[in-house]
Order: sequence, then C-alpha cells, then structure tokens
Amino acid sequence: MKNRSLVSINDFSKEQQIRILDIAEEFEQNTTQRILENFVVATLFFEPSTRTRLSFESAASRLGARVIGFSSSASSSVSKGESLKDTILTVSNYSDIIVMRHPKDGSARYASEVSPVPVINAGDGANQHPTQTLLDMYSIRKTQGTLDNLNIAFVGDLKYGRTVHSLSIALTQFNTTFHLVSPPELKLPSYVKRHIKDKNLAYHQYTDLMDVMPVADIIYMTRIQRERFSDPIEYEKVKNVYNLENAMLAGSKENMRILHPLPRITEISEDVDGNPKAYYFQQALNGVFVRQALLATILGVK
Amino acid sequence: MEKEQRKELKVTAIANGTVIDHIPAQNVFQVIRILGLDSSKEMVLFGTYLDSHKYGKKGIIKVSNTFFESDEINKIALVAPSATLIVIRDYKVASKSKVQIPDKVNKIVKCFNPNCITNSEAVPTKFDVIRDEEVLKLRCHYCEKTTTKDNMVFI
Repeated sequence: MKNRSLVSINDFSKEQQIRILDIAEEFEQNTTQRILENFVVATLFFEPSTRTRLSFESAASRLGARVIGFSSSASSSVSKGESLKDTILTVSNYSDIIVMRHPKDGSARYASEVSPVPVINAGDGANQHPTQTLLDMYSIRKTQGTLDNLNIAFVGDLKYGRTVHSLSIALTQFNTTFHLVSPPELKLPSYVKRHIKDKNLAYHQYTDLMDVMPVADIIYMTRIQRERFSDPIEYEKVKNVYNLENAMLAGSKENMRILHPLPRITEISEDVDGNPKAYYFQQALNGVFVRQALLATILGVK
Repeated sequence: MEKEQRKELKVTAIANGTVIDHIPAQNVFQVIRILGLDSSKEMVLFGTYLDSHKYGKKGIIKVSNTFFESDEINKIALVAPSATLIVIRDYKVASKSKVQIPDKVNKIVKCFNPNCITNSEAVPTKFDVIRDEEVLKLRCHYCEKTTTKDNMVFI
C-alpha cells in the first residue's frame, strides 16, 4: 500500500482494509511514536471540516510528522483563482503526502492523478469519505469483536448520507444483515441496495426506530442535514422524526452500541451520553488511530 | 431496390472513404461533431431524414479519404447504436461493419452532475459504460455518479 492514494474505500481490497484496522489497533496501544519525524504531511481543506482536519493533524503530530496546510479556501491561493491542479502540484513540492478535503465530487480522484505524492481523500463533496468508513469499521469490530454476521441498523437520512452509503457497501464484504430506518423520502438509494443484493444479503426497511431495537448489534444514527433540502417545508417535516432517548434503549441487546459520525443535533438526546451503549465519542477518537495507520502505511513506515 | 438506388443518389457517391449509414435522422449533426468532421479538410457529404426501409427515416454521412479506427468510430455508438460502417475503395464496398458500444467513453460527454470536478476545472471527462438491464449509462470516473442516455450532453 506504500505510495498508494486512498480516494474511495474500494481502492483497498478487503484484506488491505483489515490490515489498516490491525495497524490502527497497534496505534491505539501505543499512540505516540515518532516514526514519521522525517515526513511532511499537507492538509489541504478547501472547505472547513474542523473535526476531520484536527483528527488528521493529531494523528500526524503524534507520529512526529510536520503538518502544513490551510483550513479553508479563503486562506489559500484558491481565492486568487488558482486551479486545483496548480495547487496540488505546488504543495506536492513541499510535502510527502497530501490529505485533501474539497467541495467538488471527484476532486480527490483528479488530485491523485495529477499529484506526484499520494493523496488521502478526507471528503470530496457528496462523493467519498473513506477514512470515515474505516474508522466506522474499526469501531464496529472493536465493540463487537468481529465484523462478520452482524445486524447493523442505519437510522435517519439514508438517501443523502455519504457515510451510510460507503459503510454499507464496505459491510457487504462481511455478511451483514441491514436494517434501514428512514422516512419514506430519505430511503437508501437503489445503487447501494444493488450492492447488497449482488452479495445475496438481506435488508429490511422500517420507518419506526423502535422496530430495530431488539435485533440491532449496531445502531448507526445520522443527522438529517438541512442543506440537502431545497424545500424548507420538507426539511421541517422530517428533521425531528428520529430522536433517540435513553429510555428507548431498554429493550436493546447487551452488546448493542450506538454510533454517529457527529456532529449530532437532536437525533440523540444528551441523556444517552452516559449510557455505556453510547459509543460515538470513542468512535471519533478511533479516527485518530485509523488515520495514523493510513499515514504510516502509505508513507511506507508500516 | 429501385427505391434504395434513388435514395442513394440524394447523397453523391464517394470514390474512397467511409460511409456511415443508418444513423438516427435527428442525430446526424451529433455524429459529425463527435467524429470532428466539422473541422475536416476532406469532402463531407451528409443527408438527414432520408427514407429508409428499416428505420422509416435515417441519416447518412459520407467522408472522402478518411478511414476510422474502431476506437474512434465506436464513440458514435452512444447516439447511433444502429449505425453501419461501410468502407469504400474505388467506388466499391470494401467492408461493412456495425458500430460496437465501447467500454469507456472519454472527452466527448459532459458529466451530468453539476458538482462534478470535470464541470469546474479543465479536466477531460472519463466514463465507464455500464449496461443496467439493457439501459446504457455512463459512470463518471471522477464523481462516480451515473449519467443516463436522456441526460447526455456532448462536448
């Protein structure tokens, strides 16, 4: 995997994905290792995403790498009209690897084709966000002891939620049974269902969150995003349909854990945070280990 | 047969070159653009809405002294899947073939997704051709979104 770009989760085989999770586990045991002291990591965030950027920068810093970059287009030469290609070619002179977040779909694939150094996609528009998928897989494996044969429930905006699409497709490699809870207008798109069907796996669709409570090993909550709706009335209708409260967890399995890509708003009440089944903050921390594993592997140190 | 001959006369025969026959009548100009014939320095003859036994109405293009590689000619399969390709040498038919739908389509189609990087930077488009239940679709190499036949815009 040395010098390989990571644009889409499918760029890595199942074995390579598992290898990243195994290396991430080593970093969880021993987070601070100065193994990237001679490397420069560039974090180019053409749109702000503080959480993802800090997670990458923390991962790089804990391994001793230097970090350069910018956190929004306003503070880069993009505001002077520079093309993405020119920015990438320039920055690749100053760094050994580029971590990029960009508002346009497909920008990361394009950057990986013009860049002489490897590119890690930290989100390209509504398209891919593979490091989120890997950290979700890591969190599932860590809480359940396995990725195989699990009942995974996805709740909320399954139509526009990029993380749900990528994770669902990745999980079709592990004999998952899918439980899909959404309002009718926010159902999982047919292209993702097709991946599930192609592997002969089962999916069940619901509108009531309580229906999945007794069967789910993982409940993956998502935020219904206002910016996805052209009609504000449509958003108002669905924005509060799912609100997970602590009392609702009474009938859930002992091993069940709640995941959420964060930030959350109303879909998980704060009274859930103290429940041992709430795992979303630990999930965010796991992102640092997974990103350490990716940086170290792609830079050829692991 | 007599009718066929009369129709052929509407577009003059060529001595050497390529005839592209059975083009959907309304797509002749798209085929001309896809093959770059609008900037050809050779003689290009074409007809639209000609009578056809098989298709009712059809289009035809004749290009002098030009022979196409299969990669190049297959690009027109998106707008003229039923087209026949006839190579003419010394006024005689040297060979006849059908266009084949290619596996990849580069540069000629615009990605339907307005947020795709190919629509905001100078990136040549690239698509994988997928056939989903016999329907032809193009999957963008960059944004991974699908452009269906109805939404195809040629560059």
